[in-house]
Amino acid sequence: MENLTEDQQSIVAMVRDFATTALAPHAGEWDEAKHFPVDVLAEAGTLGMGGIYVAEDYGGSGMTRTDAVLIFEELAAADPSIAAYISIHNMVAWMVDAFGNDTQRAAWLPGLTAMTDLGSYCLTEPGVGSDAAALSTRAVRDGDHYVINGTKQFISGAGSSALYIVMARTQDNGSHGITAIVVPDGTPGLSFGAEEKKMGWRAQPTRQVVFEDVRVPVTNRLGREGDGFTIAMKGLNGGRVNIGACSLGGGRAAFDKSVAYLKERQAFGGPLIKQQHLLFELADMDTELETARTMLLRAAAALETGDPDTVKLCAMAKRVATDAGFHVANQALQLHGGYGYLSEYGLEKIVRDLRVHQILEGSNEIMRLIVGRLAVED
Amino acid sequence: MKIVVLIKQVPDTADERTLDPATGWLNRDAGDNIVDEINERALETALRVKDGDKSTEVVVLAMGPEEAAKAIRKALSMGADSGIHILDGSLAGADAARTAAVLAAALKGAGADVIVAGNESTDGRGGVVPAMVAEHLGLPLVGSLASLELAPGKVSGERQGESGTLSVSAALPAVVTVTERSAEARFPNFKGILTAKRKPVATLSLSDLDVPATPAHTVIVSHSERPARTAGTKIVDEGNAGTLLADYLVENRLV
Repeated sequence: MENLTEDQQSIVAMVRDFATTALAPHAGEWDEAKHFPVDVLAEAGTLGMGGIYVAEDYGGSGMTRTDAVLIFEELAAADPSIAAYISIHNMVAWMVDAFGNDTQRAAWLPGLTAMTDLGSYCLTEPGVGSDAAALSTRAVRDGDHYVINGTKQFISGAGSSALYIVMARTQDNGSHGITAIVVPDGTPGLSFGAEEKKMGWRAQPTRQVVFEDVRVPVTNRLGREGDGFTIAMKGLNGGRVNIGACSLGGGRAAFDKSVAYLKERQAFGGPLIKQQHLLFELADMDTELETARTMLLRAAAALETGDPDTVKLCAMAKRVATDAGFHVANQALQLHGGYGYLSEYGLEKIVRDLRVHQILEGSNEIMRLIVGRLAVED
Repeated sequence: MKIVVLIKQVPDTADERTLDPATGWLNRDAGDNIVDEINERALETALRVKDGDKSTEVVVLAMGPEEAAKAIRKALSMGADSGIHILDGSLAGADAARTAAVLAAALKGAGADVIVAGNESTDGRGGVVPAMVAEHLGLPLVGSLASLELAPGKVSGERQGESGTLSVSAALPAVVTVTERSAEARFPNFKGILTAKRKPVATLSLSDLDVPATPAHTVIVSHSERPARTAGTKIVDEGNAGTLLADYLVENRLV
């Protein structure tokens, strides 16, 4: 890739090495066995992947959002499911880094950045998804504690995480009444639903997180009361770019497999790559991926510099990249014919894994809502 | 303890490797050039000592063209403390004897307790340079170790042969080489990558070293492309295929 610094080239080379040796050979088996490889995540932690854009004082890698895009693309080219989990974990670590006070950072960041402590982000509820400001999980102040009651839905890493950042209602005034609270694993009253059976993302657990009179000290609050929604949305800006990068990586892997397959597969008297309509298909796929990459890098730069258009660019990049990744993977499956439908060829897993990227971190409909509203606002 | 690791930049074995038809030398532009994997294992050996005792100093030494600086940088990103790069145009095409003499000259002033190298490079595969370096320096060679332990004043390890395993040891200083069975190399972490270029690398030319300017003793007389792969041995089962297969494997030392 052009325009990468020497350090970025070394970073990409290392992550690719790690992903092709530690992730890719096991991706199929983890998917099939629904195995969450926490040991491999801890190994990724030793390499600095637990806090990619977290400050260095408590173990973060102190790198840029652009570096993160490059890293998630490489990880996802080997396994979108693991890459996406690492992206969520990084969002949690960043929220502690960006909104935690120094006591909180010192307490939680060393484990998070090492990935010996995993993090989960708890926003969505069984009855509240896109309309996040309407969430109903409640945190009631009781002296020096909050008492939390409610249920969170679709929580990645639930049951394996050490820390849960929970968005809970402390006041009944819509998005302004939401507070971000860190709940450590093992807190009495914290429990988890059954592991969800899913189309993809099978190498990471998804469960409900249930809070029944969960008491945590007030000192576990990130920021002030009422800051929760802003913290949640700021976390998601980066989360959207990272998940987009995961789609790009998965799509790239599917594209590369397709190029190799069409060169090798013989039909109608020659390799399929000689069929011009298939060549055009590859051209469109490649173009879609490069468009996504361009949008992601632009959004990452906006996040890095605090550009006023950050929200818009992150939303656009998320929609473009997750649509491109899924479309390319699905086309790649088609180009492989019947073989694409067989698990052995690795295409159907990419399609299944990337499908959910169009739904989560704000669905792609919500991305259009964000972009549309910003376009017409006075 | 001060450990010097010898590293060599070689063409990636994953790429097609070719010789320059005019000189018979390695064609360095044919593919990616990387730190020889066997040297990364040698470095891993040194870094494990450093993991246990932070006062350990790990220096990497490479002789090679400009581009070899990248191999040094990779080693620094993995955790070596500093590098020495012997860079001199007149060394292009240096044979094993010349290379060993130059490396030994650079090592003379380095004050290493132990010098660790791979047992043979994946490009030249001569496997003689470490022994020659040891000879120049008057040090024992503890070669081809599959595992080893470095303790203050002593190296001990195991060498695997076809008929058994030898336990060997020597007092330090010594030259040690490791095989591809030795510890797998670590990945550099992000911090290592980002701090590598702040680590010191001394670039030395021949004029900085006390080494006589001798011409290469070996010359390439001719070279040819590897012949295309031919069909392998086929064993047709006439009720005795198992025996024939076993005989074949034993005969070719494949078991």
